[in-house]
Amino acid sequence: MAQPIPIPERMKRPPRPMPEQRPEERIKNFNEVPLGYSVEDAIYEAQRCLQCQKPTCVAGCPAEVNIPGFIQKIVEEDFAGAYLEILKTNSLPAVCGRVCPQEEQCQKTCVYAKKGKPIYIGKLERFVADWARKHNIRENPPQVKREQRVAVVGSGPAGFTCASDLARKGYRVTIFEALHKLGGVLMYGIPEFRLPKEIVDWEINKAKDLGIEMVTNFVVGLTKSVDELAEEFDAIFLANGAGAPKFMQIPGENLNDVCSANEFLTRSNLMKSYLFPEYDTPIKVGEKVAVIGAGNVAMDAARTALRLGAKEVHIVYRRTREEAPARAEEIVHAEEEGVIFDFLTLPVRILGDEKGNVTGMECIRMRLGEPDESGRRRPIPIENSNFIIKVDMVIDALGTMANPLVARSATGVRTNKWGYFEVDEKTCATSREGIFAGGDIIRGSATVISAIGDGKKAARAIDEYLSRGGSLRKSRKPAP
Amino acid sequence: MAKIISKNEIAPDIYSLLVQAPLIAAKARPGQFVILMVREKGERIPLTIADYDRERGTIRMVFEVVGKTTAMLSKLNEGDDLYSLVGPLGIPSEIKHYGTVTVVGGGIGVAPVYPIARELKRAGNRVIAIIGARSKKLLIMEEEMRSVSDELLVTTDDGSYGRKGFVTGPLAELLARGEKIDKIWAIGPAVMMKAVCEVTKPYGIETITSLNATMLDGTGMCGTCRVTVAGETKFACVDGPEFNGHHVDWVEFINRLARYKQQEKMAYELYKSRGDA
Repeated sequence: MAQPIPIPERMKRPPRPMPEQRPEERIKNFNEVPLGYSVEDAIYEAQRCLQCQKPTCVAGCPAEVNIPGFIQKIVEEDFAGAYLEILKTNSLPAVCGRVCPQEEQCQKTCVYAKKGKPIYIGKLERFVADWARKHNIRENPPQVKREQRVAVVGSGPAGFTCASDLARKGYRVTIFEALHKLGGVLMYGIPEFRLPKEIVDWEINKAKDLGIEMVTNFVVGLTKSVDELAEEFDAIFLANGAGAPKFMQIPGENLNDVCSANEFLTRSNLMKSYLFPEYDTPIKVGEKVAVIGAGNVAMDAARTALRLGAKEVHIVYRRTREEAPARAEEIVHAEEEGVIFDFLTLPVRILGDEKGNVTGMECIRMRLGEPDESGRRRPIPIENSNFIIKVDMVIDALGTMANPLVARSATGVRTNKWGYFEVDEKTCATSREGIFAGGDIIRGSATVISAIGDGKKAARAIDEYLSRGGSLRKSRKPAP
Repeated sequence: MAKIISKNEIAPDIYSLLVQAPLIAAKARPGQFVILMVREKGERIPLTIADYDRERGTIRMVFEVVGKTTAMLSKLNEGDDLYSLVGPLGIPSEIKHYGTVTVVGGGIGVAPVYPIARELKRAGNRVIAIIGARSKKLLIMEEEMRSVSDELLVTTDDGSYGRKGFVTGPLAELLARGEKIDKIWAIGPAVMMKAVCEVTKPYGIETITSLNATMLDGTGMCGTCRVTVAGETKFACVDGPEFNGHHVDWVEFINRLARYKQQEKMAYELYKSRGDA
């Protein structure tokens, strides 16, 4: 076991970076960019943790992970123990360690953060999960058995977290997924080079140990309605995400090589079309590609385009770098790989030829005005500043909105004007008793970690509801 | 997984596939479709539901071998499983009593027209059906169509059976002689649906077409199937697949169908030359 080192010495240690694939190499492949910690790296980094009596890091983690607890186990070289410690509250450590914006969460509230060298909690979490996968560490099936059945609609981070938490309490849980693979955005949205699909598969399929039944190819709203599920299940958690893509609604948007980031990434990630023709789904990439938007999805689409062979990739964003919603680390990664950033630029028209192919994009320059209701400075077009970018493909990464299929089939479950479910913030309860909702389908496209937070909240409220004898099957009549 | 009950070649390179899918059969209605995958490395392709049997829990699909995936599908046999099958997807046809209805099916488009015609007939409509194919041997489901129509007109492009020419021929005559038609369904290749719409438009008779757009998920999350209808962008998978053909931007639609032509051709050639695991 590694020796604990004296506190003053711990505080002097610089954090340990994680080795990464070099940019010129990695743009030629879809392998993960960060390469992971060695055992030695992990112990070194874990030893920096001060093991605070009142840990401030935990408050920053929506998954409520006992951070000092699992880090101490790393110091003790009990990696399996560290993994099981995390699993007590977070069922997706391999995912979270990779894609959570730790700089905004646990690492932001770490006592070291003020000095600019927080413990790399995410990297340690990732190390622990990868170690567990390599050594096939499994969790014990739940001891308690309960009769009540819970339906979870959607197998993304919100649904999966809720299902796992409830299964650990002994409930009989069934997840319904519309696609042929489980994981939601983890599977179709986030690219292999940030989140390998093999890892998502492992992390999610492992939950079968908990007795969760997982049904793929089942579109709630079409294959069966929410109302029909309410006759078979005692409670329902709606976590179908906000998967409908937004388009700019400018002329030329239905030209052939204009697509949503959802389409582009689903082809590449879920259907593995970067391996075409070994895999059957085709994908096309232009020589010069414009990606519209500056969130994580835009970065993912731009970096995927480079790896598929695009010669020049632009991120076109109407505000500046400061307002860009993507994680700082992702913007840096994209920059290192050669993505060109066109800030303060708004597309107004996509140009094409008679065969429907994209030949260019007309844009207008912007300047920033006063802050708007979102707190970000409002972009204002500069008149007569129109210019044309020569591109042959445009990818819209403008965010997503609610897909109405599920809501349409749920009597008595209220939605707001954007089609998101209205819920009680504390319990994720919808307007119909016994039906709960969380993740992107209550707030629009957000983060994996906020979806996990909702999943946990909902699981707690569902447990409470069922424990006091509530059941959808008893209350046949929907709320008015 | 969905088990194949039977597979029959009903015309050269045209197959009828009967699949065990009780959940889909329970819900399926005319006009809807499914998305299937032949194998784990496969692509997701949409096929219209040509028939369903709620009691037996089966659905039927008719497809033509046009590329790698349909070629692989044609090689599957009774007892084999499809890797995945999801549905029913899309909005069902609006079946009600209209009066006299004309249904037009071209090529394998006759298959999806069949349950629509059957239900229209059941709803009390007088059904005039026009079906066509390139030649006699490619004509499918003539008997089924006859059994649900009050009048059946058949055309072949080469004149080897029925009337010589396209389905638009008899349709134009019906309209010209003043037959009172309340609504028209036309399903087939895009160029055929476009041509039918050009014939019917001057008469102002609503003409429903089923857009066989390229699809990926089929549930509204990607927009690859988007079409312009009456100036607005719609997703064929969730807003359709049926739309009033007089409002469809056919030039754009046909352009978009060709987006992956090159890759599709390459994959099919490679498959024919060396097969696939």
